[in-house]
Amino acid sequence: MSTWQSFRSLGRAMFLGFVRDKGALFFTILFPMMFLVIFGGVFGHQSTSKVEVVEIGAAPLIDQAVARDADLRKTLKVTRYETRAAALKKVEKGDADAAVEQRGGTLDVHYSAADQVKAGTAQGLLGSIVESANQAKSGVAPTYRLAAQQVEDDSLKAIQFFTPSLLGWALASAGVFGASQTLVSWRTKGILRRLRLSPAPIATVFAARVVVSVGVALVQLALFLAVAQLPFFGLKLQGSWWMAVPAVVAGVLAFLGIGMLIGAWAKSQETAQSVTQLVVLPMAFLGGSFFPLDASPGWMRTLSYIFPLRYLNEAMLNVMGRGLGPMSALPQIGVLLGVAVVASLLAMRLFRWDSA
Amino acid sequence: MAYTISADGLRKRYGDVQAVDGVSFDVEEGEFFGILGPNGAGKTTALEIIEGLREADEGTVSVLGLPPWPRNSKLLPRIGVQLQASSFFERLTAREQLQTFASLYGVPARRADAMLEAVGLTAKAGERVEKLSGGQAQRLSIACALVHDPELVFLDEPTAALDPQARRNLWDVLREINTEGRTIVLTTHYMDEAESLCDRVAIMDAGRILRMGPPATLVRGLDSPARISVPSGVLPLDDARALPGAGEAADDGVSLVIETRDPSAVVAAMAARNALTGVQIHGATLEDVFLELTGREYRA
Ligand SMILES: Nc1ncnc2c1ncn2[C@@H]1O[C@H](COP(=O)(O)OP(=O)(O)O)[C@@H](O)[C@H]1O
Ligand SMILES: [Mg+2]
Repeated sequence: MSTWQSFRSLGRAMFLGFVRDKGALFFTILFPMMFLVIFGGVFGHQSTSKVEVVEIGAAPLIDQAVARDADLRKTLKVTRYETRAAALKKVEKGDADAAVEQRGGTLDVHYSAADQVKAGTAQGLLGSIVESANQAKSGVAPTYRLAAQQVEDDSLKAIQFFTPSLLGWALASAGVFGASQTLVSWRTKGILRRLRLSPAPIATVFAARVVVSVGVALVQLALFLAVAQLPFFGLKLQGSWWMAVPAVVAGVLAFLGIGMLIGAWAKSQETAQSVTQLVVLPMAFLGGSFFPLDASPGWMRTLSYIFPLRYLNEAMLNVMGRGLGPMSALPQIGVLLGVAVVASLLAMRLFRWDSA
Repeated sequence: MAYTISADGLRKRYGDVQAVDGVSFDVEEGEFFGILGPNGAGKTTALEIIEGLREADEGTVSVLGLPPWPRNSKLLPRIGVQLQASSFFERLTAREQLQTFASLYGVPARRADAMLEAVGLTAKAGERVEKLSGGQAQRLSIACALVHDPELVFLDEPTAALDPQARRNLWDVLREINTEGRTIVLTTHYMDEAESLCDRVAIMDAGRILRMGPPATLVRGLDSPARISVPSGVLPLDDARALPGAGEAADDGVSLVIETRDPSAVVAAMAARNALTGVQIHGATLEDVFLELTGREYRA
């Protein structure tokens, strides 16, 4: 009786069962990908948006300033409307931040109080245009100058954050779900009892599940990286991103362990499903998959340490997004492997062949 | 010679239910042995103790000379089991199913096609198991139990819920398996199935074996009359009662039924009167045996 043969055939049975399950495919591959596309698409382009100003008729003062100053063109977008009514309508509806009308030496600015920040920015910009026009006229070089510089802060570009953390969520739900569902459905459908009557060692059942899950996880990783690196999303992989591979494997082992624990304990597929959701969703929220933990309140950051997903997210974020060295993922990998061992041992103790 | 199966004093309790209550029997090599009884009689429980799926509270079992409990990997390759509830890997085709089981037993996967052929499922090889009909699923399940060519086969109600045609087809398959020299233990709640297939039958009710033996012997041992019936009007009721050897007789307006312990004398007398149009003779069946043993009508 070759153990290797049993292992291979069980792995094949599980793999075929998975790829032929449209629901499972959707939830493990497509669904997280949709999140990546949406989050990456929406937040990935959160460059400071331009101030939009509409001219009522011609406003030469502004046109000249924009024509002269390339920097200004980056921050100010000007459109012209012939009638005042049309221009004001734009402002009222919030499509434009201010409407400007030049009457001789005066600029009339119309703004809405609805978005005071934008209105303020628009006024400030227009004010500085007027000021520099005055200076140019008087021929006196300005004594004081404001040099504004955007701070390239520590916070990451959105896609650098969302790729690893949404992937973490996808891996967690695929891992926990895959393991708990296989175990419970194989038990309730009598496949486990049938396997018990075959000479295949039990270890091969678990080993096959682990290998199939790790394989699926690596496919998820590859797909996520491929999509996020498309120019539209613009993920820039950092030097030691390959450390994400061992981190993913360790994460999958931890999640499988948790899933097997749930699967060994739960009596029905429904129970397993709800418990899986109860574990995975809070873990994703509080483990930093949907928003950065750095920006969360202190209690949330403290709480996050109990979720294995936090460690996977952190490890992947360090090496993929933040560009830290390969060693930066090691402590987290250690924690994940620890979780895997403890959960599997517990699962083995709770394991039952039979539903009754 | 050692028995293929030797069960002695098996007992198993689930909470308040004494599912198996002192079951003992031996099965010889090459025998087709049946356990017959109504639902809840304890057939499955007894069978699962012997297969090694459950531990008996009391009693001993040896299968092919080995104890089946705890899980005995020396014994497992030598037995084939079809469980009462068919259990297939989800979303695999019939062929893949068999290939998977073949590899679990270290048998070349190409055995799968031979097995499909043997149970007449070649045309369904590429069909997912979820799409098979009840009879096809049962046959596949039996094929899975046979894929590694076991010496001893356990079948738990293999024909339950099949239509009559499918049942008869399956009987042919089972006889074939037995003729190849394998020992078969089968449970059933169909009297006719036990009568038609089994060399020996154990009649089981409420966890106990009531009687055991070849079906014909069980029936013959019964002191119950044969029934001769003809359509009403063929013979007047009073004449029927007066026939030599006739016992009770009754006419319900459809048929006239005569009970007798000497059917040949009655039939001869009827022939002399030219009253054999549409005659039918029913001997005692295992149902009568069950009725006599339990005092209840047999209801599966
Ligand atoms: N796992 C179980 N837990 C509790 N009661 C059971 C279990 N399996 C069977 N029983 C009970 O034991 C009795 C015998 O059941 P079973 O062996 O399945 O009979 P059969 O196969 O003859 O229909 C029934 O009363 C049934 O309800
Ligand atoms: Mg049963």
